[in-house]
Amino acid sequence: MSTALRVENLNKFFHEPEDFQVLFDISFSVNKGEFVPVIGKSGCGKSTLLYLLSTLDTDYHGKIFINDRVLTGESQNNLARFRNENIGFVFQFHFLLPEFTVLENVMLPALKLGKLSHKEIEEQAIDKLRQLQMDKFAQKLSSRLSGGQQQRVAIARALINNPTIIMADEPTGNLDSINTGLVFDIFKELSHQKGITILTVTHDLDFAKNADRVIEMVDGRIKN
Amino acid sequence: MVDTLIAKRHLMANKKQTLVAMLGVTFGIAMFILMISFMIGVNQFMEDTMLSSTPDIHIYNDIKTDYTVSIAGDYFKDKKLLVSVRHPKPKQVNLNIKNASGIINDLRNDPEITRVSPFLSTQVFYNYGPVQINGYINGVNIIDESKIFDLRSKMIVGQPEDLLNTDKGIIMGRGLANKLNLGVGDMVTLTTPAGTSMSFRVVGIFAIGIGTIDDTRSYINLANVQQLMGKDRSYITDINVKLTNNKLAPSKAGELYKKYNYKSDDWQTANSSVMASNIVRDVLTYVVSITLLTVAGFGIYNIMNMTIQNKMKDIAILKAQGFSGQDIVRIFLSQSLFIGFFGALMGEILGFLLSYALSRVPFPHNDFISLKYFPVIFNPAHYLFGLVFGVITPFIAGLMPSIKASRIDPVVILRG
Repeated sequence: MSTALRVENLNKFFHEPEDFQVLFDISFSVNKGEFVPVIGKSGCGKSTLLYLLSTLDTDYHGKIFINDRVLTGESQNNLARFRNENIGFVFQFHFLLPEFTVLENVMLPALKLGKLSHKEIEEQAIDKLRQLQMDKFAQKLSSRLSGGQQQRVAIARALINNPTIIMADEPTGNLDSINTGLVFDIFKELSHQKGITILTVTHDLDFAKNADRVIEMVDGRIKN
Repeated sequence: MVDTLIAKRHLMANKKQTLVAMLGVTFGIAMFILMISFMIGVNQFMEDTMLSSTPDIHIYNDIKTDYTVSIAGDYFKDKKLLVSVRHPKPKQVNLNIKNASGIINDLRNDPEITRVSPFLSTQVFYNYGPVQINGYINGVNIIDESKIFDLRSKMIVGQPEDLLNTDKGIIMGRGLANKLNLGVGDMVTLTTPAGTSMSFRVVGIFAIGIGTIDDTRSYINLANVQQLMGKDRSYITDINVKLTNNKLAPSKAGELYKKYNYKSDDWQTANSSVMASNIVRDVLTYVVSITLLTVAGFGIYNIMNMTIQNKMKDIAILKAQGFSGQDIVRIFLSQSLFIGFFGALMGEILGFLLSYALSRVPFPHNDFISLKYFPVIFNPAHYLFGLVFGVITPFIAGLMPSIKASRIDPVVILRG
C-alpha cells in the first residue's frame, strides 16, 4: 500500500503569549484509503497538527509529504492550488457560504479548480449530493439547513474535486448521535470503497473506536 | 470566473448596503458633472463676452513719455553744472501708429491672422441739450470691425452696413442711446476734447451685453472721425487683430510687439481679472468634486471593511478550499469596482439631468448681461473624466480592505 501522507520530525512552537512548544518530533505516515482518527485531550496539539498537515499553517519545523510530494517550503499560491486539488476539508462549524445554494456551495471548489465545464461540475456536484442523500436540497440556500444536513453538504463539498485526502476537525462536534453515526458511516464508506484517506481530529471515543487505526496524542507527542 | 460569481453574490446579498455605497459615488459624480458643466459654461460665457468686446490682439500706441532727456541738457551742455529739472512736462505726442498702412498690409499677409481692423479711437462728449455725456467713439471700417466682433448679431436696430450708406452716420451703444433718448434717424452732436464738434445721424443701435461698453461706445466711419479730429487720412491709433486660434494670442502678441514696437495686448492679458476668476472657478470645481468623491471613497472603505469583517469565516473557508490571496483580493476589489462603476454611471446620468435642468432655468433678466438661461456646457470629456474618477476612487478605497482580507489567517478563524 502506498502512503498518502507522511510527516518527519514535526516541531511546532507558539510564540504568543510566550514561547511554547506544542508539537515534539512528530513522525508518522498514513496509507491511502485509511480512516485515521486523531484523539487526545484538549490542548494536546491534535488540531494544531491537523492544520499543519492541511498546509494552512506553514510555521513549523520538519517535513510534510502528501502523495510523496514535499509541501514544506512551497509558496502560498502553490499550496492553495494543492489544497484545491488534493485536500477536502470538513470542519466542526459547517462553514457553508450562506449566500449560495447547497449546490453552488458544493460546486465552488471545482469552479475554482476550473478543470471541467460548468455543466459537468454541476452534474458531479449533484452526484456527490446524491451520495450523501442531500440532492433534494440542492436548490435551497445553505443557511436554511439543519446542522446535520449542513455537515453532509460540507462533506459533499470536500469530495467535489475527488481529493486523495479528507481532513476533518471535530466533524461531529456539533451533531447529535444519529448524525454522528451517519457521518461516521460516510467516512468509513469513503475510505474503504473509494480509497480516500481520511484524517479526522475528534473527541468522540465511540467514533474512534471503530476506525482502522487511531493516533493518540499526549502533550504534543504521539502515544505508542 | 468563480471570483466574480462570489463578488456578485456578496453584492446581491446585501442590496441596501450596496445601493448606499453606490449612491455615495453617484452624488459625488453628479455634483462633479453639474458643477463642471455650469462652471465651464460660465467660463465660456465670460470668454465669449470678453471676445465680443476684446479683440484677440489689440495693437496701439501707448503713451510713453521719456523724461530722461530734457531740452535743459542741450541748453547747459557747455557749462559744468549739475542741472535738476523738476516736474518736466511731456512734449506734444501723437498717439497714432506710424506707417499704419504698411503694418496693416503686413498683418493681412500673416497666415495666422484672419482679420485686421484698423481704427481711430477718441474721447468725445455726447451733447444732450445742456448735458454732456462722456464717452468715446471708434472710427472704423465697419466691414472689418463687424467681422471681428460679429456686430451683425449684436445689432438691435439697423445693420452695420447702414453706416456706409449714410453720410455721417453713427451706430450707438444701447445704454448710450437710452440715456440720450435717441432713436434711428435722430441727430446727435459730438464734441472732441480739442473743442471741435460735428453732428451725426443715428443709423443703428447695438448691445454687446457689457454695460461699460454699451453705455459709452459708438461706431463712426473712420474718415468722419479723422475729419472730426482734423487729422489726415492715414491717422490710425489702434489695430484690432483676429487670429486663426485665439489660444495663441499671448505669444503672437509678444511677436508683434517685437516686430512693430507698438504695445500689443492679447485678450487674456487685457482681461486678466476675468481669466483669474475663471481659474478660481476651475479650482473650486475640482476641489469640491474631489472632496465629494473622497467622502464617497471613505463610505466605500467603511462598507468594504464591514463586509470583510462579516465575511471572515467565508474568507477562511475559501482559503482552506484553495482560493489564493489574489482570489480574495479580486473578490472584494471587484465589489468595490462594481460599486464605483455603476455608481459613477448613475452619477453621470443624474449629473446630465441636473445640468440639463439648470440649462433650462431662465437667467434673471438683466440689462447688462445678455443671458437668457443659465450657461451650461455639455462636454463628453467631463463625463469621461467623471467615469474614470468614479472608478479610481473606489479602487483606492477598496484596495486596502481587500488586501487586509487576503492576509486573514484561516487557521485562527477555523479553530474558533
